[in-house]
Amino acid sequence: MTDITSLSLFELIKNIKEKKISSNEATKSFVDRSEKSKKLNAYVTENFENCLKLSKEFDNKPNYDLKLPGIPIAVKDLFCTNEVRTTAGSNILNNFVPSYESTITQNIWNEGGILLGKLNCDEFAMGSSNETSFFGNVQNPIAKDLVPGGSSGGSSSALAANLTPVTIGTDTGGSIRQPASFTGTVGLKPTYGSCSRYGIVAFASSLDQAGPMSKNVKDSSILLEVISSFDKKDSTSIDFKRNNYSSELTRNIKGIKIGIPKEYRVDGMPDEIENLWKKGIEYAKDCGAEIIDISLPHTSYALPTYYIVAPAEASSNLARYDGVKYGLRSSGESLIDMYEKTRSEGFGEEVKRRIMIGTYVLSSGYYDAYYLKAQKVRQLIKKDFDEAYNKVDAILTPSTPSSAFKIGEKSNDPVSMYLNDIFTVPVNLAGLPGISIPAGRDKNNYPLGLQIIGKPFDEQTVLNIAYSMEEKINYKNNISDWWME
Amino acid sequence: MTIDLKTVKHISKLARISLEEKKAEKLADDMNSIFEFIEKLNELKTENVEPLTSIAETTLRFREDKITSDNIREKILRNSPEKNDDFFVVPKVVE
Repeated sequence: MTDITSLSLFELIKNIKEKKISSNEATKSFVDRSEKSKKLNAYVTENFENCLKLSKEFDNKPNYDLKLPGIPIAVKDLFCTNEVRTTAGSNILNNFVPSYESTITQNIWNEGGILLGKLNCDEFAMGSSNETSFFGNVQNPIAKDLVPGGSSGGSSSALAANLTPVTIGTDTGGSIRQPASFTGTVGLKPTYGSCSRYGIVAFASSLDQAGPMSKNVKDSSILLEVISSFDKKDSTSIDFKRNNYSSELTRNIKGIKIGIPKEYRVDGMPDEIENLWKKGIEYAKDCGAEIIDISLPHTSYALPTYYIVAPAEASSNLARYDGVKYGLRSSGESLIDMYEKTRSEGFGEEVKRRIMIGTYVLSSGYYDAYYLKAQKVRQLIKKDFDEAYNKVDAILTPSTPSSAFKIGEKSNDPVSMYLNDIFTVPVNLAGLPGISIPAGRDKNNYPLGLQIIGKPFDEQTVLNIAYSMEEKINYKNNISDWWME
Repeated sequence: MTIDLKTVKHISKLARISLEEKKAEKLADDMNSIFEFIEKLNELKTENVEPLTSIAETTLRFREDKITSDNIREKILRNSPEKNDDFFVVPKVVE
């Protein structure tokens, strides 16, 4: 039979339920492959021994009614895991061992999932290439020295390299969808408030949202069903009726109205992205969707808004890292000196840059000019979407303005790095669900993604459109295992 | 508008991040290029726009004022960089 690690989550669950593969066999396969893939640097912390042990325990007392029966899963190292080190990719949390579990990971374990390990990410999820991680670059399995995207770069790399059957990431400005696009995988950012933020290391609380990353759309629907839940422990968790996303998944999208926003045709966009988008429109038509031109007039203001709101919230959230109760402490002559040295040594350059921007825009005399202004523009951006959704059910755009770039290519120019998120950021500002699906390749054979954006709480329509288009696109990743010894 | 070295140093004090002279200069350059890009927002008139503070249109829920966590004092203290019995230790604050 085919290699276990290349199975989709759906197929793996089916094989385990039919007792063709045991949880322990599956776990061994993923552990073996992960051991041989250290060059990718996808893991920060391995949980292999414990995962093998727990998989045996599952096999001794199997429960096949669970949604993820004995499935090993590696997760982004931004989710707090009880008694397992959680670093957020930062030196300041290098030794942090949480005494509690994030709601989302708890939901996964409750349904039979087993923690395989913690995956590398940009420091505090601030980055688009995984180059800001204290634990080093992650390689994209697509080609050597190519970034896997970010911030969920360890997640996208591990997933595309078949080190984990499925994974979870977090998305503040594109951190699930952009790495999915760069690695030829699927990544879904759900509606703000649908997946609990409890136990996720906070970056920008009004934008942060966790979601599934998978090899295909169906797998994302299975995982979303597990992780999406109302949670009293998250003050912005929303109590709405959640679908049975996987059983309600359908390719029948006849008559669905899909909007094409003209403002996403940005200056200097490469022809291959433009062509990918055109092809995407044809695929959507083939699936039975009706295509409608729409306008989202404030699109070009989304990135500047994001680079006020996100750093402002980050500077406030990251104030807690002071070297007192947990994490790194540097020695100092006084309390203040200790704080300043700890934070200077504990945070990397990008994180410091964003804390500085955030502190500046919130500082006395500048609050109205920057932060308040940004919140007002955020309202206008949201209204653009509200109005568009009077006419359409979903919106189709490219996921990113380019394919994956080389390690080091953009790391010296923050603004050019930020431009990566031009198509994904508006979705976070408006709190909407958005998915990236692989849809083609560029001239270097690197994957390119298309993004489908939905109405609030309408993940089902987003998944259905993606599921339908995925069949027509018929994209297959071509991974050569170049990193193996 | 430009952010000068003096402002960068002031902000680093507010943010409690110590900064070497050389790094402060690089940071001033970076911040200036980022703010140049942010200034684009000034093209928009927003006098009559309500600021959007939260995307989740809910009022915050109240809960009973009751302890729900287990006794995890030991576990919490285990992460502490420096402790003495049940206390976190910091450099001397009062002379």
